[in-house]
Amino acid sequence: MGTSAPAFRELGYWLFRYRRTWRGSIVISVANPLFFLTALGLGLGKLVDRDGALHGESYLRFILPGMLVAAVMQTAFLEAAGPVLQSVRQRGNYRAAAATPLSPEDILYGHLMFWALRAVQNAVLFTGVSVVFGAVDPARAPLLVPIALLVAVAFATPAAAWSVTVTRPSQISAVFRFAVLPLYMFSGTFFPVEQLPSWLRPLAWATPLWHGVDLGRAVALGTATPFRVLVHVGYLTAMAVAGLLVARRNYRRTLHV
Amino acid sequence: MTVTANPPVRPRHGRPWTMVERNLMIYRHTWPVILAEIFEPLLYLLAFGLGIGALVGHVPGLRGDVPYPEFVAPALLATAAMNGAMNETTFNLYAKLTTDRTYESILTTPMSVRSVALGEVSWALLRGTLVSTAFLAVVSAFGLVHTPAALLVVPSALLIGFTFASTGLLVVTFLRSWQDFQLIQLVMLPMFLFATTFFPLNVYPRPIQVFIEALPLYHGIELTRAAFLGTTSAHLAVAVAYLALLGTAALTWAVHRLERTLRD
Amino acid sequence: MTAGPVPILAEGLTKTYGGFTAVDGIDLEVRRGEAFGVLGANGAGKSSTMRMIACVSPVTAGSLRILGRDSATDGAAIRARLGVVPQDDTIDGELTVRENLLIYGRYFGLSWKVLRERSARLLEFARLEDKAGDAVGTLSGGMRRRLTIARALINEPEIVLLDEPTTGLDPQARHLLWERLHRLKQDGVTLLLTTHYMDEAEQLCDRLVVMDAGRIVASGTPAELIARHTSREVLELKFAADERQVMIDKCRGLAERMEELPYRLLLYTDDGEETLAAVNARGVRPRTALIRRSTLEDVFLTLTGRSLVD
Ligand SMILES: Nc1ncnc2c1ncn2[C@@H]1O[C@H](COP(=O)(O)OP(=O)(O)O)[C@@H](O)[C@H]1O
Ligand SMILES: [Mg+2]
Repeated sequence: MGTSAPAFRELGYWLFRYRRTWRGSIVISVANPLFFLTALGLGLGKLVDRDGALHGESYLRFILPGMLVAAVMQTAFLEAAGPVLQSVRQRGNYRAAAATPLSPEDILYGHLMFWALRAVQNAVLFTGVSVVFGAVDPARAPLLVPIALLVAVAFATPAAAWSVTVTRPSQISAVFRFAVLPLYMFSGTFFPVEQLPSWLRPLAWATPLWHGVDLGRAVALGTATPFRVLVHVGYLTAMAVAGLLVARRNYRRTLHV
Repeated sequence: MTVTANPPVRPRHGRPWTMVERNLMIYRHTWPVILAEIFEPLLYLLAFGLGIGALVGHVPGLRGDVPYPEFVAPALLATAAMNGAMNETTFNLYAKLTTDRTYESILTTPMSVRSVALGEVSWALLRGTLVSTAFLAVVSAFGLVHTPAALLVVPSALLIGFTFASTGLLVVTFLRSWQDFQLIQLVMLPMFLFATTFFPLNVYPRPIQVFIEALPLYHGIELTRAAFLGTTSAHLAVAVAYLALLGTAALTWAVHRLERTLRD
Repeated sequence: MTAGPVPILAEGLTKTYGGFTAVDGIDLEVRRGEAFGVLGANGAGKSSTMRMIACVSPVTAGSLRILGRDSATDGAAIRARLGVVPQDDTIDGELTVRENLLIYGRYFGLSWKVLRERSARLLEFARLEDKAGDAVGTLSGGMRRRLTIARALINEPEIVLLDEPTTGLDPQARHLLWERLHRLKQDGVTLLLTTHYMDEAEQLCDRLVVMDAGRIVASGTPAELIARHTSREVLELKFAADERQVMIDKCRGLAERMEELPYRLLLYTDDGEETLAAVNARGVRPRTALIRRSTLEDVFLTLTGRSLVD
């Protein structure tokens, strides 16, 4: 990377903008797990736990890691897609930054650091609420934060790589609805992938979110094995690196023409 | 261009329908958006109805046991009607009021603020009808519908649409910036999660039940669920009255407030 | 042309926003078939006046009758007979060029049949036939303005209100617009327009008023205004800093009025060439000398009486 200082200037820009909205975003980061854990973990959990469908694990403890990882993925996508599209427009802030000594890579790295910080903020608050709820063992809860960070970066880099080339906002909402939401719901987030029809299961196992969810769940419930962790971390890291490489190329092509 | 000084043919003054015509014309280019609106509740139905349904089995206490997919399907329809209407009159309307300033030019014509407001609400209802009819068709193709009374979910979705389109119209007159949409989200999300969408009222302790029963979406879901499952009770009259009253009051107040902001 | 009611008649017209008075009791009478101009700097209250006359902004005090009707009670009926070109183009960005005309016409309750015929004619009038199916986002500033004007004509209005119709346009676009407005006037449409530009007022207006801080500070035909409040031409002289004061003193008495600005000396005169010759004859050697026609700015300098020397 070499030129880290300019990237921090880009990060500074996003942090400066964030000053106006951070209060609202913290309220949302606390309220979201609160609502979801109460409604699904406790409310729906009452119906699920009647017949011990989850082999003795409570539904609340089962869905917490899934919801955390899925929420982080959703935020990473939304923060990487919409703002990048806005920024790369003719009058957007990427254009302004590209006219300064910042290189396209600096802009990308700076923005990526911002997404990473947001993911850590979300994950810390989410796990904090979950500990209070008794939805996760306090000793294992801190491990969920780096997992969330890895998932966020794995989703943010491909999202940015794609968004920097997008021309219409409707394309982003289409991808959100038709790709991100299905991932959100069918990657073992709310129910074990084993509930899916057998022909759909391999598909779910192939999705990146499932790797994040299963990693989070194995760690949170203490069922992790070294092999499982290695596969999941390897998958997500490969995705993050590939996303970053494509994003670098696309940023350069779009911003320096 | 000839212009006469004769009294002009008296034009038929601004009717709400013209607003609907405008939106229809736009939809000729952007109709795929409506597909996404049908897709979303179906996705929830698949995930919750089938995935979680397998964990839950039947939902007890509702006049015999109801299979979980049939329990959530009408609720998802009701929330889709709510979200569709609210989106139209909050998000889209706020853009028209601020960035696009659509109404500024409309109000230089004989159109009145009231016609504009009624037109936008009618449009939200028209879309709602389309979405709920399509949803009902898909759900019955899945074999989840067992009674012709289920057709009544369409008017009930319309009523929900009216209530929330009007409420959205009122809310939008109070917004100060795009940031405020977070606040709307902060109300809508718990309403979606708690108003008996995914589990029945009886899982709550009584004090919380009272609170849930005050939510407009709760009544919307009750109404839609009753139609879908073919059950009736005296409460349904209360639900209809509650939604109709809330919608009318919100609409009246919203028109009053819009008149003040748009004609300054 | 029959003598109907006065198109626009305002007495003591006032607009306040909160405690701030934007329009301060102005009187206006616009006659049938004339082009009437309202001149003023930014913030003078032109747009507020136009919006009241368009019946989109309620009158705070005073009386306003348009086509013989009271603006307070008959807004919709009046708007049915007006064409409005607002200061900022409020074209519907979600519709195409042609759809903009059609839908706007529908707001007047006109039938699709009538609208199809009129929109074709107006697209031609605005020279936008080739753009009919395009998204309005692709239009240039001049095209947007012409579309807004075409849109304002869809209901065949008796009065057209134009708020700064040519601000921000390039010279070609301005001239095309002026030509179109002339045609409208020939067709007997009453025009009320606001502008920053004296040349525009001279081109288009039969009569005009100058507004400043919500009040009318002068009124009359363009020729009358210039005759009364400034000269026909202005001679602008610039001097080297060290001899500036000496030179200025030498120029005294050469023009009917003289104004000293930090970097320039303005001489108000009816014949710039003659005055320049007189200046040279006195041995004054300016670094640069420029003769130009009087502008609204000059009328303003007079009306507000800023730093007069002579
Ligand atoms: N909606 C409004 N609310 C408050 N003040 C306004 C509003 N519209 C205009 N003003 C103020 O009224 C004054 C006159 O504005 P305007 O009529 O737009 O002048 P002009 O068109 O001559 O530039 C300005 O000082 C402006 O700031
Ligand atoms: Mg103005």
